[in-house]
Amino acid sequence: MKEKINQIINKYNSDRSRLMDILLDIHDDKGYVDKNDINQLAKSLGISAAEVKETVSFYHFFSEKPRAKYNIYLNNSITACMRDRQGVKEAFEKACGITFGHVTQDSMFGLYNTSCIGMNDQGPAAIINDIVFTNLTPYRVVKLIEGLKEGKELRSLIYESYGDGNNADPDMQAMVNNNIRKGSILLNKNYKKFDVVKNELSKHSPEDVIQMVEESDLRGRGGAGFPTGMKWRFGRRVEGDHRVIICNADEGEPGTFKDRVMLTEYPDLVFEGMVIAAYATGADIGLVYLRYEYKYMLKYLNRILGEMREKNFLGKNISGIKEFDFDIRIQLGAGAYVCGEESALIESLEGKRGEPRDKPPFPVEKGYLNYPTIVNNVETLASAVRIIKNGAAWYSQYGTKDSTGTKLLSISGDCKFPGIYEVDWGTSIREVIEMCGAEKVQAIQVGGPSGMLIGPRDFDNLSSSDLMKWYKPSGMMVAEKFFDRKLSYSDLPTGGSMIIFNTERDLLRDVVMNFMEFFIEESCGSCSTCRNLPYIMKMKLEKILNGHGVRKDIDDLLTWGKTIKVSRCGLGQTAANPILSSILNFRHIYEQHVQAMADYDNTFDIVKSVEAANKYVGRNTEFHSN
Amino acid sequence: MAKKVIATTSLAGCFGCHMSILDIDERILDLIELVEFNKSPVDDIKKFTKRVDIGIIEGGCCNSENVEVLKYFRDNCDILISLGECAIMGGLPALRNGIPIEECLQEAYLDGPTVKLNIKKVLPNDVELPQLLDNVYPCHEVVKIDYFLPGCPPRADLIWDALVALITGSEMDLPYEVVKFD
Repeated sequence: MKEKINQIINKYNSDRSRLMDILLDIHDDKGYVDKNDINQLAKSLGISAAEVKETVSFYHFFSEKPRAKYNIYLNNSITACMRDRQGVKEAFEKACGITFGHVTQDSMFGLYNTSCIGMNDQGPAAIINDIVFTNLTPYRVVKLIEGLKEGKELRSLIYESYGDGNNADPDMQAMVNNNIRKGSILLNKNYKKFDVVKNELSKHSPEDVIQMVEESDLRGRGGAGFPTGMKWRFGRRVEGDHRVIICNADEGEPGTFKDRVMLTEYPDLVFEGMVIAAYATGADIGLVYLRYEYKYMLKYLNRILGEMREKNFLGKNISGIKEFDFDIRIQLGAGAYVCGEESALIESLEGKRGEPRDKPPFPVEKGYLNYPTIVNNVETLASAVRIIKNGAAWYSQYGTKDSTGTKLLSISGDCKFPGIYEVDWGTSIREVIEMCGAEKVQAIQVGGPSGMLIGPRDFDNLSSSDLMKWYKPSGMMVAEKFFDRKLSYSDLPTGGSMIIFNTERDLLRDVVMNFMEFFIEESCGSCSTCRNLPYIMKMKLEKILNGHGVRKDIDDLLTWGKTIKVSRCGLGQTAANPILSSILNFRHIYEQHVQAMADYDNTFDIVKSVEAANKYVGRNTEFHSN
Repeated sequence: MAKKVIATTSLAGCFGCHMSILDIDERILDLIELVEFNKSPVDDIKKFTKRVDIGIIEGGCCNSENVEVLKYFRDNCDILISLGECAIMGGLPALRNGIPIEECLQEAYLDGPTVKLNIKKVLPNDVELPQLLDNVYPCHEVVKIDYFLPGCPPRADLIWDALVALITGSEMDLPYEVVKFD
């Protein structure tokens, strides 16, 4: 094994910043890293064993203990739970003879829970040895495990045909479905691949390209809505030996799966967007941070990049433009929601724990390996291609005045047609409900970071503290009174995740609790607010649900929820939002659960709490009432 | 104006918070003009002799006697204040909360390096002794607490300001340095 690990380390030139790849390769080979491997890695990479270990222990898909031949990661997102995840879970446990979090004695099966894997429209879904199994039912689970026990090959047990579109590509062969329900300017089959890079780019100066993007008013589609042109201009202005374009394909926001569909059907559009961004900003390094859950696309995406190199859309003097050198590498993540935050993503790209950095400096000033770095969402980059092709004025005719263009919505939950909808900004929630065929809607979780202001256009005077203003994320659970609100940066901003709950759902017990568990699981643990408060608040909610709540408990939740805003990154700042926004919009449900007359209630039981000690010292528990 | 009545007690605490009360120094003479003490270690009154306005609790609950005293205070005081870290969070005694109570007893009475004379391996189980709780509980998990004064111990000035504010009905001045500790 030692020899094998040495080979892997040599493959990456003993480069510390490639630790993620090294660990991924070792996991592909033996399934886990043990203490000896960690020491060997530390020695070869010239870092301490603690530094290797802190990276290994951070990511969900890395393991320090031997895993099984078949590692089953069952996703526990809310929509999976709404479609009998419990039954599927029990079927797995019964078929394998173990509970979740364990490996069978013969090392055949390992069962693990995992956060949203981007299959909300086709859950419950599981990832088994990097292959995605969607629409699981207890029956399918039994057949699947039976087949594996009989020694059948995993891929041969895929029970549905391969999905639509490129999901059936020989390099992908996934049973994942795109479920594209409505296309517009991005999801558009008339797109001529690499037309802009080939024919348009050389006509414009980098300055022109930035100006066009600025004039289009394109804003970041990950959810925070930062003006893309401004970001590019910043990146161009900062001095550096290299500049970096990063495509953020780590969509981990529960309920979002638009990037998966974009990368399946229009990877060329996304990569072309990266080339344009590189041209505009003068970048020479391109990185795609692809979440581990989408590893099944890796071979396919690398093939596209290979084709681009052959055609000189990547490499040196791209499309004959002198000294325009740029190439793209895909970096896999290893399962950590917080890595979608751009500075955490950069840490991860450097082979470290995905802990968000303090800002400032912002990535555009000091990013990947301290180079000026522009991090853009998949959808943002794709939109840029359309803007350069058709012009800013053409683009601005879609959407509203303050939110131009279109938005990809990932819709899931209680509706007839879950999937991807490309809508103009300005579409109201009510229209969305009608579009996807949802009935008796009780609430919609409009997820993703938000809280946007129209920003100053005076770039030269914009300081880091001005930039700071843009980082105001929050997710919302909206009630019917909000259904006429329009999706836009000034009204109801969104990263695109919309989960619909009908009137039969228990919002607090099922939905809010599920979201709180998600935040507890995904906190990186760096800030004490985000590490502790979600747990404490969940306990409080449990107290309320168990009938021990009083009015003050609701007020406490609101007060404590404010404290969490001091956390360093968007994940921490929003970790209380499921509770806060549900109190804001559904306070009556909370009030139904709390006791009307009591102003104090606890769960303290003195008889129970003295039992253990009394038993140990050999004494009867006795209390005399006064 | 009738003098306000104050009572104090120390549960699972170290009496450090009471020492801090005494640290208000000569202002105690001013205080005595404003209040009278009832049940308190200060005057050694064992049982409440009248209704009390303000009860001050030091320490959390580690045994059944603490719980009983705390409930006795709640029944007899209009306002209860958790004074100091132990009353508010359990404090130092709560460090045992991560260890099973059986192991704590074993270490304290049987296996600890300083246990030399317990030849008969006796564990404290006399009915006269308070019964030990499985965890050390902060006061507000046992009864309703109205105010919290943090610190280990809370500074004398903080205690003074809080009492003056409560007694005179004025708002307490809480500058940034007082609520921000790091």
